[in-house]
Amino acid sequence: MFYRETGQFKTSYAADMQIFPIRQDRIALWVVLAIAFLGIPLLDQLQVWPFGGEYMLRAILIPFLILSLAAIGLNILTGYCGQLSLGSGAFMAIGAYSAYKFGTGVHIPLGLFNLSIPPLPVLPSILLGALMSAFVGILFGIPSLRIKGLYLAVATLAAQFFFDWVFIRVKWFTNYNSSGSVSAPDLNFFGYVVNTPIDRYLLCLVFVSIFALLAKNLVRGNIGRQWMATRDMDIAAELMGIRPLYAKLTAFAISSFIMGVAGALWAFVYLGAWEPLAFSIDRSFQILFMVIIGGLGSILGSFLGAAFILVLPIALDQVPHALGVPISVETVSHLVFIVTGTLICWLLIVEPRGFARLWLTGKEKLRLWPYPY
Amino acid sequence: MRKLTLALGALAVAATASTGPAVAQTNEQFLPALVYRTGPYAPNGIPFANGVADYWTLLNERDGGINGVKIVFEECETGYATDKGVECYERLKGKGPTGAGYFSPLSTGITFALTDKVPGDKIPLLTMGYGRSESRDGAVFPWNFIAVGSYWTAADVAIQHIAKEVGGFDKLKDKKISLVYHDSPYGKEPIAALEARAKLNGFTFKAIPVTHPGVEQKSQWLSIRQDRPDYVLLWGWGVMNSTSIKEAAAVGYPRDKVIGVWWSGAEPDVTPAGDQSAGYKALMLQHGPGKFAVHADLEKFLVSKGKSVSKEDFAQVLYNRGLINSMIGTEAVRTAMKKYGNKPMTGEQVRWGFENLNLTAARIKELGFEGMLQPLRFSCEDHQGADVARVQQWDGKAWKTVSDYYKADDKILAPLVKEHAAKYATEKKITARDCSKES
Repeated sequence: MFYRETGQFKTSYAADMQIFPIRQDRIALWVVLAIAFLGIPLLDQLQVWPFGGEYMLRAILIPFLILSLAAIGLNILTGYCGQLSLGSGAFMAIGAYSAYKFGTGVHIPLGLFNLSIPPLPVLPSILLGALMSAFVGILFGIPSLRIKGLYLAVATLAAQFFFDWVFIRVKWFTNYNSSGSVSAPDLNFFGYVVNTPIDRYLLCLVFVSIFALLAKNLVRGNIGRQWMATRDMDIAAELMGIRPLYAKLTAFAISSFIMGVAGALWAFVYLGAWEPLAFSIDRSFQILFMVIIGGLGSILGSFLGAAFILVLPIALDQVPHALGVPISVETVSHLVFIVTGTLICWLLIVEPRGFARLWLTGKEKLRLWPYPY
Repeated sequence: MRKLTLALGALAVAATASTGPAVAQTNEQFLPALVYRTGPYAPNGIPFANGVADYWTLLNERDGGINGVKIVFEECETGYATDKGVECYERLKGKGPTGAGYFSPLSTGITFALTDKVPGDKIPLLTMGYGRSESRDGAVFPWNFIAVGSYWTAADVAIQHIAKEVGGFDKLKDKKISLVYHDSPYGKEPIAALEARAKLNGFTFKAIPVTHPGVEQKSQWLSIRQDRPDYVLLWGWGVMNSTSIKEAAAVGYPRDKVIGVWWSGAEPDVTPAGDQSAGYKALMLQHGPGKFAVHADLEKFLVSKGKSVSKEDFAQVLYNRGLINSMIGTEAVRTAMKKYGNKPMTGEQVRWGFENLNLTAARIKELGFEGMLQPLRFSCEDHQGADVARVQQWDGKAWKTVSDYYKADDKILAPLVKEHAAKYATEKKITARDCSKES
């Protein structure tokens, strides 16, 4: 009843081809965007609960947005193109460190002639950093033409370890800092320094909105269909005239590009100062879990998965204290592990295809409600 | 299914409620504690966290707080992870009537991340014996207080001790000294100072990294066996330390030629290796284990009443370090109260308190810390306050102090601090304060 599209007639091709064909979806999207772009800044301005202080923005919403972006990136590769990757952390790291290098000036001593690029503003450095990530993604995507499934996961795992090693060992990337930890340059966008939590939040939101829209559009177009065909059966796709080289490498490139942007944002906007440990194998797994829990092959799922994996442990961590239960922090943190782990198991048994599928089922139910079928 | 969903929803609502309105205005000083009681570094994180908490409780029980202002504190589990540490910092910084007084993350990685955040939030960072070595320069780092000693102090003192053992600095020539370090900002910090020393004293220096968390060190110690350095410096943390000692024993490297930093010189570092640890040396962040005057009060007010959080770690090295950490922090709050009145202090006021903190020998005795800490005085230029350290040796059962106090060589370290602080200032576009104009 709530989701019935009865009476919504498509009278033009444009209307038929829009991203969200159902009116309710469009309204929901606009409401979400309005809340995100107007509501939250307004609540923050008024310091209304739960936006009193900066905790909600700085510790929940900003990391949530950035990791959602990373999950979208991985979802394109794993969910849409079917290429299992454990190298998300590495691609994020490449985005972060390249952006750092571009932001602080690149100087490559090549013996006879030196290559020097002066420090670039933040926006070009983030985008160039993401381009570097895309480039490396293509490089590590080449093996995907020969190997599949778990074997490809091992190959991308190699990328993860290799780049962990590179950013710890090669001092050039950290500008020869004695400690190997680097800190982000000023977030100066066209003369405006992004500093307050709400500015940082809006910055992430803009990036996430643009890339989510791009991704949503890509996956329903020609290229997205190529990816999905490759995912579903690569031999059949090849027989239909889809070039696997092109389909797989574009997936690797675009996915790495988005993950590179996410990595740069994670480093510049959320952490401020970081070390390679911020992009360790744990990060790769975290993002892979987000994609699996959220739903493979769904943009919405990336957001839901990120919320589940990131926000749930933080929320659970605070429940005993908020309720005034006097248990020690170590017990709480063990409990969080137990509860989150159990929930993941339970969820995967009940709905192996993740939150996105749950949402689809819900939509179906709402459509027929109050009749059972 | 539906019930479960409902329960989940209720849980989520309850969770968001916790981030709700702040506590009403009361006469309470909020002090946050970033701890790690879980994870690979927990054996070392727990005693420190216990010491920190016990000293605060002691002040509340014995004196009714700091000058009558009760201390309320809250722990947040970081697991030694930087992103979790940042989340904890955001969670705790605004609590209490005046916000957090100061933060002590007990992690070099978290310290690096917070160093960029604290100037905006106006909360001082007390990083006792860890963190950025160049943050000693208070003109560039107004919010960081690397109390008692930096890694560069430690590196310098270690070399001085080696020189004494081999019979003078001139004998250091053609000696080989290797550093086995935790491959993180923490482990990399001493390298700059050791390289400066190597250039000056003519020994061969080699840095050997160990990947986090440090349970895999076979190849590193095999290369040490091949290389036969005269001394090995150990910059480890948590389970890495005991693994190093075991591996040293496995390749037959004499343990009394291994000198650990003060984060590698506590009971959890040596006891897992059993008898193999006998002879192993480590630096002391001035203090060692054992009971002092303050412990009598702790036993009287906390332990006997079952209010102490510590168990077997009472009066161990890291527990005592936690006590000192809390003592320096609360004394800074007390100093701030002298200027601003006996009420809860904001982070900005506590920062003033740190900068003007003067712990004389008499004051230290009064607090019950005599024998644990030498006089300490911060100033605008010097946010370290002291640069002396001793060496202790594990005899198989207990730590024994084997040296007198060494003073780190300012001629080597001061230029290093200046140089690195200036580099940080240009990178972050900070204009250094003029310390002659500070009151």
